[in-house]
This record gives sequence, structure tokens and C-alpha cells, in this order.
Amino acid sequence: MRSFVRTHATEVSLFAVIVAISAVLSVSTANFFSLGNAFDLLNISSVNIIFAVGLLVVLIAGGIDISFAVAASVVQYGTAIALGWIGSGGWVSGLLIAASLGILLGAINAFLIHRFKVISIVATISTFNIYFGLLMFFTKGVSIYDLPDWLTDRVILFEHEMPDGTWIEITLPVLVMVICVIATWVLITRTTTGRQLYAFGDNPEGARRFGINIGAMQFIAFGWLGLMAGIGGLIQAHYAQEVVPNALYGRELDVLAAVVLGGARLGGGKGSVLGCVLGVLLISITQNGLNLMGVSPFAFKMIIGAIILVAITLSNSRIERLLPFVNQKGAGR
Amino acid sequence: MSAIVERLKALIGPEMAGPGLAFLAVVLVFGIASPQFLSAATFGSVAFQLPELGLLTLAMLLPILTGGLNLAITFTANIAGLTLAWVLQANGGVEAGPGAFALGSVLAILVGATSGVIMGLVIAFTRAHPILVSLSMMIFLRGLGEFLTRGGDVSGFPAYLGPLGHGSFLGVPIPLIVFIACVLAWHVLLTRSKLGFNTYMIGSNLEATRYSGINTRKVIVLVYALSGAMCAIAGIIMLARFNSVRIGHGESYLLITVLACFLGGVNPFGGFGRVIPVFVALVVLQLLSSGLNLVGANQHLATAVWGLLLAGVMVLRFVATKFKISFVRKET
Amino acid sequence: MHQLATAGGGEKPLLSLRDINMTFGGVKALKNVSFDVRPGEVHCLAGENGCGKSTLIKIITGVYRPADGASIEFDGETYSHMSPVTAQDRGIQVIWQDLALFPEMSVAENIAFQTVIGRWPKLVDYGRMRQIATDALARLGVTLDVDLPLKEYAIAQRQIVAIARALVGEARLVFMDEPTASLTQSETDHLLDIVRGLSASGVAVVFVSHRLAEVLEISSRITVLRDGALVGVYPATGMTQSRITELMTGKTFDQQVRAKPRDGQPVVLDVEGLSRPGQFEDVSLTVRRGETLGITGLLGAGRTELALTLFGMLKPASGTIALEGRPVRFSSNRDAIAAGVAYLSEDRLSLGLIQPQAIADNLVISSLDKILAGGLLSEERKRSLVSRWIADLGVKIGLQQDAISTLSGGNQQRVAIAKWLATDPKLLILDAPTVGVDVGARAGIFDIVARLAESGLAIILISDEVPEVYFNADRVLHMAQGRIVGSYDPRTSSLADIEGAVYA
Repeated sequence: MRSFVRTHATEVSLFAVIVAISAVLSVSTANFFSLGNAFDLLNISSVNIIFAVGLLVVLIAGGIDISFAVAASVVQYGTAIALGWIGSGGWVSGLLIAASLGILLGAINAFLIHRFKVISIVATISTFNIYFGLLMFFTKGVSIYDLPDWLTDRVILFEHEMPDGTWIEITLPVLVMVICVIATWVLITRTTTGRQLYAFGDNPEGARRFGINIGAMQFIAFGWLGLMAGIGGLIQAHYAQEVVPNALYGRELDVLAAVVLGGARLGGGKGSVLGCVLGVLLISITQNGLNLMGVSPFAFKMIIGAIILVAITLSNSRIERLLPFVNQKGAGR
Repeated sequence: MSAIVERLKALIGPEMAGPGLAFLAVVLVFGIASPQFLSAATFGSVAFQLPELGLLTLAMLLPILTGGLNLAITFTANIAGLTLAWVLQANGGVEAGPGAFALGSVLAILVGATSGVIMGLVIAFTRAHPILVSLSMMIFLRGLGEFLTRGGDVSGFPAYLGPLGHGSFLGVPIPLIVFIACVLAWHVLLTRSKLGFNTYMIGSNLEATRYSGINTRKVIVLVYALSGAMCAIAGIIMLARFNSVRIGHGESYLLITVLACFLGGVNPFGGFGRVIPVFVALVVLQLLSSGLNLVGANQHLATAVWGLLLAGVMVLRFVATKFKISFVRKET
Repeated sequence: MHQLATAGGGEKPLLSLRDINMTFGGVKALKNVSFDVRPGEVHCLAGENGCGKSTLIKIITGVYRPADGASIEFDGETYSHMSPVTAQDRGIQVIWQDLALFPEMSVAENIAFQTVIGRWPKLVDYGRMRQIATDALARLGVTLDVDLPLKEYAIAQRQIVAIARALVGEARLVFMDEPTASLTQSETDHLLDIVRGLSASGVAVVFVSHRLAEVLEISSRITVLRDGALVGVYPATGMTQSRITELMTGKTFDQQVRAKPRDGQPVVLDVEGLSRPGQFEDVSLTVRRGETLGITGLLGAGRTELALTLFGMLKPASGTIALEGRPVRFSSNRDAIAAGVAYLSEDRLSLGLIQPQAIADNLVISSLDKILAGGLLSEERKRSLVSRWIADLGVKIGLQQDAISTLSGGNQQRVAIAKWLATDPKLLILDAPTVGVDVGARAGIFDIVARLAESGLAIILISDEVPEVYFNADRVLHMAQGRIVGSYDPRTSSLADIEGAVYA
């Protein structure tokens, strides 16, 4: 247990913060501490968690991706059009198309990064502009509301009325999110490929000397994020019941902030699925709590930005670092 | 002979190759494709559009040179604009005198610099990654702005501000004059001041710079403060141009400023990069969108082409390095 | 020149390289090199920095691919080049100088990392990893918590982890690239025992070290490389340190003690009872004008921490520092520099110089105020200041704006010295000034040091190479476990006396 706390400090402290916030909220608002609200939170957070676990894999491998959210928009549009061509289709064909498109867009990033040694932030900023510019150009910014019925109908997998009259619902987005989370967890902790991704992010030169296929690592990491972006995009279209080309614009930075809050490190080799999910949930819970407390929605982002800023400051500064001259043991190394 | 070539190379710098070639290519392609391209009208549209993006790019440049990034630039500009707007409104709105404008501008620049100072302090003292610090600052400022304006516009400014946005002086647009003055200021700062010198050194190796007796924390705080102040100038120009302030205005410029820096040969890891090539890169970007406009495309296509241009320049740079190595090999 | 060893020559080599050539960007790193290793022998690979040792190791382990025509024969099979996976499969292991470990991953994963390598994904067997790691550590007689991330451990333990990793699987040939560089003497002794044990169990070890005493103690044969070419292969018996140095550099050196009495000179630095608990305790010393004080001792003796304290980058817990009779208290190294203290870092690559930046900029960084004109930096003044120092210290450069990384180690170190001289110091602390400087260029550095001392500078010369301080300092202090435990005068003590005390 002690060793768990030591090696999972970020996850433990995030969990503690979530518990503390929840405790405050359940005392101060009537509706927060209900199962119904908890499941609502999961429903709302599903798409972001799907994006987040995808981005986590890229961060672990030492990269960064700015383009995944607009890639998800491209996938939404592409899938909607493709479904139009083949006649309505269903969840299986929809997911297959979205997944393949997503992987393709991720692979373009990996190709630039690996083949031409463009660093990931430069490569993905350029693809961000390419994807978004072309999407807006070809769609002329027009949304699609005319989606197949199966895609826009809510799928409730489980529902139950609580004694207090609220409903517990598990919807399709939650199921898909859980599958994505488990799949990512299996990939990065249980497979040799995942360990190679960690090793590559931690010490690329060391990984190279072990004969790890660097190109494969890039394609797997960015491909996985592409896959998650594709699936997340389709689920978002399902959730919103429409496809708006710039709906996800800007989402990349919110997700990045959540993932990093969850303990992933820019630069690679560090991060866990649990931390990542907790990071997204912390933000959703805060937002949800502020909402229930009757705080103006305009203030949400300000408070969340302040929380992230404080969290980053605290997590990076063990107190001794703030004071000069301490903890410089071995500074000469 | 070769000495002169070396001298020339050193003067222009290796960073100039990418944007220089792109400039020639853009002028050639559009010059042939559209007869109106090489005209005063193109110049005019570029001259008016360049300053906003340009000022924000200058704000982005300094942090990138230290190996960081400032993702809060657009919202810092908005908040600074908002500061000026309020000072003007508190002093009679449309009736506000030049004194109110001067006071408002000073406060706006102070507000911008303060946002930078806070980021700089966090980055310098905790060594937190600048992307994260500025990202959370961006989310905070966006929230703050939306909270204060309830998502609406603030407008109603004195008429004499119009020329700052649209006017010309001796045929040169006033925003362009402001921008060029800022470019020159940045150029002098980076090439001739101790702060600029240390900015490059920190970008290459912070610890070695500290061991050399440089107050690296002070430099980082100053860099972000100047970045924030430059955002404020952009915010003031934007206020004059649109005759209103709205949170989210210019948001789409954020990643374009990063793109412009990289296109201008700035090293993504910091330590290398010059103002003039970045300026040329900015001109290329604006020429591209004006040219595409002329042949009937819209800004969105231009955005995509900007992305392609950046990817293309990076790929060409890679190919050129490879070519250089194989060339050297053949020589020996 | 090619005086090939004959001892045990009838035995078939385990590894045999022929016609190895390698070019980097037009520079020939290896020229027709041959190299043999016999089963179970300890073979030393010796040569100056940049002689091609590391490149050779990377070719044998498949990281680099040699030019066409090469042949690599390992245990009966011939390859034109290796791949990392083949090398590991055949039992060739390396302990890299930089260790090539994964700090964020657990000790178990670091040691048993081979189990996650492979073309196709598999499920990870953490139980087996833990078992492999525990077994490998047990073989070395070490216990570590294999579940903790590696970053929780200090450098010496990481070194153990790297060794344990090399022993996993059926190692037949182990390369050790400077394995003792960061170890204390007792740790080094333990490592040498491990090497002997490996050798006795039939594993061949190729040992790369710049500590020639160690090399002579452990190896049976020595292969010397110079400028990417083979000089020869020699039996260790009958070899001496100075003979190896001659072979490595192609030059002969006869050094003489430079020490002189400086008692009449005024005291520049006076340190009284200086302590930083856990790093150094109760250090008192004085340095006079024109005097070179040598401080030697093993790595981890607290030498660098002491130097950083004198340079204002660490704060003493107790004790006093006085410069020219006035007590000083530095709150940062800026105060120290202003007071006339300069510190040449032992880590030139990451702390001493800013490698990607220009030679000129590296030289002026600590004395920017000298090149100001009207508040702005003057390109003119910079150029003339740099030219003056370049000429004064005899630095060989192309253009002033070339990156400092394009210079050789010796020339880089001269620029680093010039950078500090430009600040007009009274006291110059040189921390391991010859690390990464070729043996041939070291004498030049010490000539500069001697000249600076003659001109009145007080110098502290820190080195873990006892001969360096013995021949070049006026007095030698021996530091161990944070304390000054001995003081020697090179004119009255012998080198063997001091080495005996330091390496005891």
C-alpha cells in the first residue's frame, strides 16, 4: 500500500481532491451526491475520456498532438458522408469507417514525424491547419443534421429508477468509453508493445539500442490516438445528434490540460490511464458542482483554469524547489 | 570570393532560406495566376491584415526562443483590450478624451505584462512545462473574460481611435507602422540587448546559462512579461480595428503564430531564430491568403495551405540536410 | 608496430571483426579495424576520446551498420552487419556509458527488458520479470526493491541495474563502456570482482575505461585504437600506464613536478570550518596569489559541492569564506563572479558551455557588461574581445560564430577558461578540467594553468586523477567523505604516497 502511494502519487492526490470536492459539494448542494448525477457525469465526460486516453498514449511515447480534435471533426463528416453513400448502415459499419479514417489521419502525423523527422508539435500544428482548413473549405461550415436514425437515437443499455425518483442510465457513450479505457489500459500496461512505448518515451536512445522499431512506435502511438479520435468523434456526433464542423475546435487543449493534470508528462515515459480518467473527471465534477451551486456558467472556465494552474504549480514544486540553494545536491552532475 | 559568400551567408542567416524561397514562390505563382496580384490592392490588404497576426507572433516568438511557448497570447490580448475598453467607457465612452485612451493603453499593457509575469514566475520557479502553464493561463483568461463580458461585445469608443485601426499616414497604414516599430524593437532587443542574448542562451541550455552567472529566472519572467505586453499592443490594435472587444477575437491566430515562427526558421526547441525571417514568413502567409482570395478561395483554404506550407518547409529542410551530408561525403 | 600478442594464441576467438570501416558525414570514424575477443577473457579497449571505441561497440551490437566489406564473426557464424536483436539473441550484451536505462520504469522491467522485445506483441509477464530481476541481482549479491521506479535509486545502484540487465539471459560477451566512471573505490572493487567472476564462468568481457590502473589490473589483453585505426594488441603483463598512454597518443610524455613555494604571497582565499552536512564537513584551506592548490579524492568525496559553495551556488551551513581578507557571503553565483571567483564546471557538455551556441557567445556570456556600448551589445567589441582571448590561449577555431560543439574537447576547454578569465577573476576553480580532453591536449591546458598562476591568479585544481594534481599543483589536499584528510607537497612526497592514500 505504501509503495502504491509512493509510485502513484498523482493518482492518489487527484483522487483525494475529487473526494474532497465531492464532500463539499454534497454538503452544499442537494443534488450532487446522487447516483443519477454521478451517471450524468459519466455520460457527459465519455467523449473527453476517449480522447484523453488516446492522447495519453502519444504523450507516453514522447510526442504531442494538437490535431486530434479537428481530426475527429473530419472523421465525423467523412463518416456521415460515407454512410450516406452506402445507405444507412449501422453501428458496426459506422464505427469501422470512423476508426479507419481516424487511424489514417493519425498515420499522416506519424509519417511526417518519422519519415521526415519533423518534431511532433510542428507536424501536428501543420496537420491541424490542413485538416481544419480543408474541412471548413469543403463543408463551407455547414452542419449536418440529417443523420441516420440509428446514430441519433439514444441507446440506453441500462436504466433504473431510484427511490428518490432520479434515473440511473448507462448509455452507449459510456459503454464505448469503458471499452476504450480498458483497451488502452491493456495496451500500455499489459502488452509488450505498450512497455516499448513507455521505454521509447522515457529514453529514445536507450530504446533504439535495444532494437525497438522507432517507426512502429510512432505509428502505433499516433494511430491509437487517431483510432480514439475517430471513435470519440462518432460518439460525439451521436451524443450531440448533429455534425458541426467546428464543434470540436479547441477541444485539443482542454483534453491536453486534463491529461497532464492526470500525471502524464510532456516529454514522455510517464502517465497512467487511471490518472488520465481522474484528470478528466476532476474537471467535469468541478464544472458540474459549480453548476449545481448556481455559479454563473461564464465563471466555470475561469475557476477551472485557476485550478489547473495551481495544480501544475504545486505538483511541480516540492516546497524545497521554491527556495534557492536547497535540493541542489549533485547539482554539479 | 568565398569569404564574401561566407559574410553574406552570416548576414542573411540560414533561417532565411525557408521563408525567402517561399516568398519568391508565392509571388511567382500568384503573379502568373492572377494579373491583379502584383498590385497596390494586394499590398493594401496585406498591410492591414498583417499587424494583428504579426504582433501576436512577436509575442509568441520570445517564449519559443527560450524553449517555451505562450498559449495565452490571444486571450491576453483580449483581456488587455477589455481593460482599455473599460477605461474608455468609464470616461464617457464615445466622448472619452485622449487622456483616457493613454491611461487605458498603459493599464492594458500593464495587465498584459502581469499575465506574463505570473506565467514567468511559475515557469521559472517551479520548472513546470511552459505549454501547461500558459495553457492553464489561457483557460483562466478565457473564463475570466467570458465571465466579465457575459460572452458579449464591448463597443462604443471615441471616433479618433478609428485611424489607429484603418487609417494611413503618408500612404502607409497606421497599424502597419505600429507593427514595424514593434518588429524593429524586437530585432534590437534580440540582437543588441543583454536580455536578448540571454534569451537565446537559456533556450539552448538553461543550466549552463545559470552556471555562467546569468539570473535565468529574471530573464524568463521578463521574457513572458514582454510577451504579455506585446499581446496588449495587439489587443489595442484589434480594439481599434473592430471598434469592439470580444473574448475569443483572434483565437484562431494562436496556432498560426506558432506556425509563422517555425516557418521563419525558429528552432522549435529554442535557442535559435531571428525576427526578420519571421517577419518575411508572416508576409508570405498574408500574401498567400490574399492571393488565394484573388483566385476565388476563402480564408479556410488559406489556413489549409498555410499548414501545407509549414509541413512542406519542414520536409524540404529535412531533405536539404540529407543532401548536404551526402554531398560532403562525395567530396571526401 | 603491429606487435600481436601470442599468449594463448591457439585458442579460437569468440568474436572476430575484420575490415571494419565507418564514416560519419564525411569523417572516417573507423579505418580497417580488426578486433578479436577470446572466450572468457577480459579484454581492454583503450584509446583517447573520439578514437572510435564507442563506434566499434555500436557496430558489434548492431546499433550502427559498418561500410560494405566488413565481416563480423561470432561463435562460428559470419555476419556483414549485426542488428540489436540478433546481438542480444547471440548473447552479446552492453553496459553503455550512459547506461541506457529507463528511469520511469521499475527496476524489474529495466533488468528484464529483453522479455518485452520482439517483433510481435505479447502479454507482459510481470511475475517472470520480477523473478528474472531478483535472480540477476542475487547473482551480483545485491538486493533492491524491484518494483520501485529506477529513478528512486542513485547512480551507483543504477549502474548495478545495468550490469544485472547484461547478465540476464545467456550472456557470452559483455561490453562495459566506462563502467566505473561514477563509482566509488569500494563499488569499483566490487565491480571488478564481478568481472572476474564472469570471466571465470566463461563469459568474455570487453572493458573500456580511462582509468589505466584498473585496466592493467583486470584485463589480460589490451587493444589500442588511435584516430579510428588499430595501433595494436598487447598482453597486459609487462605493460605500464605510461606505455599505454604513449600508444594511445603516439607521443611520449615526461612530466615534472611544477610545484614551487608561494609562502610569501598574500592570501586570496581563506576558508574556515566550512560545512554542508552530508556533503562536506569542517573544511579549512587557504590559497595564495599565484598558488595552485590541488584537491583530489574519489568521486563523491564532496569536491564539487565544496567548489559550488565557494562559487555561491550552494550555501554553507556553517563556516566562513574570506576573499583577500574580507569575509564574503554569496547569495548566488552572480555575487561570486562579481567578487572575483570563477568556476570551470566538471561537466563541460551540459553545464560548462552552451554547446549549440557560437564560440564567441560562449566566451562573452559571463562578461556581457564589457562589450556594451551605449547600453547595447556591440558586435565590434565582442569580436575584438573574443579575438584577443582566442589568440592569448591559442584556441584553434574556424569562425567565431561557429557552434562551440564543432571544436575538439581541448579547444572547448580553452574557450571555457577564456570565458572565466574575461571576468577578471582573482580565484579560478578548475573542476576536472581534463575530462573529455584528449591525453595529448591535456599538457596544453596545464601549460595555460601554470602561466595563469605565474601571472598572479589563485587557482584551485580539482581532479580525481592524482597525477594531474601531483604534477601541476603547488600543494595537494586529499578529500575523502567530505573531509580534508591529508595535505601533501609534491616536492617532498612521491606520487605513489598520494595515490596510496587516495585509492586505499
